Amino acid sequence: MTAVLTNLFDGVAYGMLLFVLACGLAVTLGLMNFVNLAHGAFAMAGGYVCAVLVNQMGWPFFAGLPLAFISAAVLGAVLERLLYRHLYTRSHLDQVLFSIGLVFMSVAAVDYITGSSRVFINLPSVLEGQFDVFGVGIGRYRLMIIVICGLLTALLQLILARTRFGSRLRAAVDDPRAASGLGINVPQVFAFTFAFGCGLAGLGGALSAEVLGLDPYFPLKFMIYFLIVVTVGGSSSITGPFLASLLLGIADVAGKYYVPKMGPFVIYTVMIVILIWRPNGLFGRTAAR
Amino acid sequence: MTAPDDVGFHARRHARWHWAEIVFWIAALGSAFIFPSRYLIMTDIVRLGLFAISLDLILGYAGIVSLGHAAFFGVGAYGAGLLALHGIIDEPVLALVAAGLGAAVLGFLTSFLVIRGVDLTRLMVTLGIALLLEALAERYSDITGGTDGLQGIELQPILGSFTFDMFGKTGFFYSLAVTFLMFLVARRIVHSPFGLSLRAIRNNPLRAAAIGVPVNRRLVAIYTVAAFYAGVAGALFTQTTALASLDVFSFERSADLMLVLVIGGSGYLYGGLIGAVVFRMLQEIFSTITPQYWQFWIGAVLVVIVMVGRARLHRWVLWLPNLVITQLGGRKAAVAVPDGDAP
Repeated sequence: MTAVLTNLFDGVAYGMLLFVLACGLAVTLGLMNFVNLAHGAFAMAGGYVCAVLVNQMGWPFFAGLPLAFISAAVLGAVLERLLYRHLYTRSHLDQVLFSIGLVFMSVAAVDYITGSSRVFINLPSVLEGQFDVFGVGIGRYRLMIIVICGLLTALLQLILARTRFGSRLRAAVDDPRAASGLGINVPQVFAFTFAFGCGLAGLGGALSAEVLGLDPYFPLKFMIYFLIVVTVGGSSSITGPFLASLLLGIADVAGKYYVPKMGPFVIYTVMIVILIWRPNGLFGRTAAR
Repeated sequence: MTAPDDVGFHARRHARWHWAEIVFWIAALGSAFIFPSRYLIMTDIVRLGLFAISLDLILGYAGIVSLGHAAFFGVGAYGAGLLALHGIIDEPVLALVAAGLGAAVLGFLTSFLVIRGVDLTRLMVTLGIALLLEALAERYSDITGGTDGLQGIELQPILGSFTFDMFGKTGFFYSLAVTFLMFLVARRIVHSPFGLSLRAIRNNPLRAAAIGVPVNRRLVAIYTVAAFYAGVAGALFTQTTALASLDVFSFERSADLMLVLVIGGSGYLYGGLIGAVVFRMLQEIFSTITPQYWQFWIGAVLVVIVMVGRARLHRWVLWLPNLVITQLGGRKAAVAVPDGDAP
């Protein structure tokens, strides 16, 4: 029984992490309808910035995390202004090709700079080990992930639903023409959202070094996971991707624990079945956009 | 001239063999005698070209975007490998057809999943199927050999008379012959009324359905055919390298294939072949400059192509040949302009 609960806990932590990694993609892919396969590259950038700052420059871990966010966001903003924005109106094929190209470049570039081995970030001793709550092993690091990601999720929901920027974003996504007619600077809103999503991915990348493993092939290895979160979760709200990432996280951890040999098999099958059953995602809108 | 006559006239004129096409194939055959020491890489190019034709059939003609075409390549590769390893079908040509048919069956079954939904769903489903097969191949490592791959494949002589030699000479001519035959069939398919209806579907599925084209059945058919082509390419891979490993299913293989087709241009069949030549040359050049990091430059090429715009790029590339033809022939240039990219 306790093993089940521990697995559930790990699964939730994993799922929350996936959500922070993928929710930027939920906006670009789900709302702006841009197939960005290179989302993982921003996560990797954030992770590596954090690793370099903490391991080589001796920064404390909790100071490295915001820097991971900022660096990935800046990278995202620069690339959005230089490259991405020209492709918003192109075909999906062009977007796929472009982002695959970016993935290849990022993989080789990181490999060139840091080498191809897995990177670990030195953690403060507070975060190591685990403690027991009624016999259930709770990892400190995973607990921190749940706290950080839970706060972020609540914050995102608040921003989207309550602030002026949130309503602008929703308007820009629903109907860009009408929104710009109302005086909303649509490209600016998109650029800001894109950068913010990349920043979140960067933060997720820094957090995931301990859990998922960080190496130059990160964008390729986890690309499918991000895509699953977004396509299964749908794009109508932030709750869809959130629930989808929790499901995916729990299923993946449980799959690896109980049927270690069938792990990835289960996830891909479930994804294909869901996509066939509901092409717009489990929690998505029913009408095709 | 009435409209139907007009359409038929143009379709027939496009279907005629152009002299440039004949020159292309003579050059392909001639390269074997010009570079007798480079059989291995030329075999690789021919094989990749066949694989790219397969993607061109569904992407360039039917407009189905696929990120998991390596699935069929892999099935063909393992099919041919297992048939040869266990001595079920010894004769390479028969094994080639059998492996292709295996991939075609898979293509037929999965086509019903792929034709549903929009671009994004298709991307995900095709990618998912390829990953699924990779996971399966890894799971049943007692059959597939796991990460080591199938080893010790020994091939019988082709048609009982041509033995595979260690320089890859037989392999090259074999691959070229197979590719040429498959190309002829593909050429016949795309210029038939069936092929024209596919183009109608690509341009506007709704209108195609309105004029009586059975859209879904056509898509299932071409997807199955393309899977057969990819399976044959995979089987060629196993037969000419005597090796089949897990990376036949890898995402990079599907992604590289996209790049090949993008370089060459989609929707006129030669795109895949030309793209394969250019892609392998680029790869060779990049890997001599930076052995470990050539992928960076391949990625950069991809980004530049998309940023410049595929249609514009092809206009630039074809500008010189078109000029030469206009000057020499004194008529309107007719070097294959990929109509898939026409604005």
